[in-house]
Amino acid sequence: MDAPAFAWPAGGNTRVPYRVYTDAENHEREKAKIFAGPTWGFLCAATEIPEAGDYKTTFLGEVPVVVVRRKDGGINALVNRCSHRGSLVALKNQGNTGTSLTCVYHSWAFDLDGNLQGVPFRRGIEGKGGMPDSFDLKQHGLKRLRVEETCGLVFGSLSAEAPPLEEHIGELIGGRMQRVLGNRKLKVLGTTSQYLHNNWKLYVENTKDTYHASLLHSFFSTFKILRLTATGGIHVSEGGGNHASHSRNKQDTDGGEYVGLRSAIDGFGLQDASIFGARDEFGDGITVQILSVFPNFILQQVHNSIALRQVLPKGVDETELLWTFLGFEDDDAEMQRMRLKQANLVGPAGYISMEDGCVGGWVQRAIQGSEADDSVVEMGGAGHASSDSRVSEASVRGFWNQYRETMGFAP
Amino acid sequence: MIVDVGTRLAIEDLFARYAHTIDDDRLEEWPALFTEDCLYQVISAENWALKRPIGLIHCDNRAMLQDRVTSLREANIYEAQSYRHMLSATLVTHFHRDEARVVSNYQVTRIMQDGSTLLFSCGRYLDRIKFTKAGPLFAERVVVYDNRRVDTLLAIPL
Ligand code: FES
Ligand SMILES: [Fe+2]
Repeated sequence: MDAPAFAWPAGGNTRVPYRVYTDAENHEREKAKIFAGPTWGFLCAATEIPEAGDYKTTFLGEVPVVVVRRKDGGINALVNRCSHRGSLVALKNQGNTGTSLTCVYHSWAFDLDGNLQGVPFRRGIEGKGGMPDSFDLKQHGLKRLRVEETCGLVFGSLSAEAPPLEEHIGELIGGRMQRVLGNRKLKVLGTTSQYLHNNWKLYVENTKDTYHASLLHSFFSTFKILRLTATGGIHVSEGGGNHASHSRNKQDTDGGEYVGLRSAIDGFGLQDASIFGARDEFGDGITVQILSVFPNFILQQVHNSIALRQVLPKGVDETELLWTFLGFEDDDAEMQRMRLKQANLVGPAGYISMEDGCVGGWVQRAIQGSEADDSVVEMGGAGHASSDSRVSEASVRGFWNQYRETMGFAP
Repeated sequence: MIVDVGTRLAIEDLFARYAHTIDDDRLEEWPALFTEDCLYQVISAENWALKRPIGLIHCDNRAMLQDRVTSLREANIYEAQSYRHMLSATLVTHFHRDEARVVSNYQVTRIMQDGSTLLFSCGRYLDRIKFTKAGPLFAERVVVYDNRRVDTLLAIPL
């Protein structure tokens, strides 16, 4: 585990070896170096667990986690694995656990800080059996994650080396996150789970890839709603792992650069345009902003549809994508209606996102037997600097830059 | 509740036509099974129970259904696939003048071009059916799916 499972090809971040999506040893290494490494993972929105004892179960990478609201209002995150013989402790997706968490297997009980409080039959029965006197409750609590909150979102880390969350996100991307979530009170409008038959990184790359948007997703162009001539740009964090892309819709129609492409089918109009009755909610004319935080968190603003996406590995070749649709407590009825309508654009059945559910699977199937080959990530050059062109794979290279650094792949 | 046989048969006939329209890939005919101001919604049982409004699809008029079909045909990219609906347990819960409320169960098997076959979705249809001059139509069809997790994507309506 001390050295990567294979060498990175020449070409730096412009070449990605297909083995990175298929190699079991590399996948194990990711668990240690990335998900238990110096990074932060999104756990839940703080508003999902408002009352003391409220909990939600989720994952940090593949590690099951229970996030729980303490009596003093703070939030704890604990590895959802009993310190006795390893059972899940919290079994439901969410609920209220009162003042303690009790494992059902042998009823070991933990307080909400994860401290082991009691072991049934610790002294045995009539002097027989029981735990040895040397057994120290204090040594057998639930493993606790570091927890930090930003913009009403709760993140956790298993690493003492991870920089503070704000530093991990960085000022540049943090500002773009503030832009959407600000200091407003979040409200969960719905959650959805989508199961993808591909390695988790293929989905993360896809969200960072501004190049594909107008080519793969032809909904906008078929219905003449958006052109690549719209202005926009990509912000990439210094290490490369976080990004925010945005576009401003100019609603122009000439679209000369589309000639000959599938996206340019003529003659279609929406029968019902209410799906685009959007409000310029943030007062800056930006219609779409996609933001990611290394390794696996995404925040989306598509018109007035705001959603969080958690990209959870399930083994090396499957991924669960968890969507949390958000509104704000101060939304008026009209705004809530728009969020509801515009949710048709995104999610597993979304007009502009359903393709993202299958394209990763196509890559995963196609690369079988080609593990010695590499993908080509050269659109827009070799670097990962911020740019005002979205015809670029800069943020994809940025991801690989941070990935390689975190995984110890030699530059 | 017990409704007369003719009414029940008309409802079940509408259900059967709905299923075959989708399974036979005659999606263009699918919106015509709804009233103009219909509601068609696909939402998980979890969101439904928690009264969270956002699910997979939310169309509040027939034009939106037509747009979805156009988009599936002309804009969206997905692998060739088909559904097979299994319907059962038609329970009429309310009937008043020209309107019925009906609950029924469904299972949808999804068949991919390589032959892989998956129990893709199961759940309930919560319907409000309007008896019009043209026969019964869906004024509301709320698809509440039990399988929290959607495999790959949902393109064809359930
Ligand atoms: S495994 Fe949890 S109490 Fe035994
Ligand atoms: Fe996409």
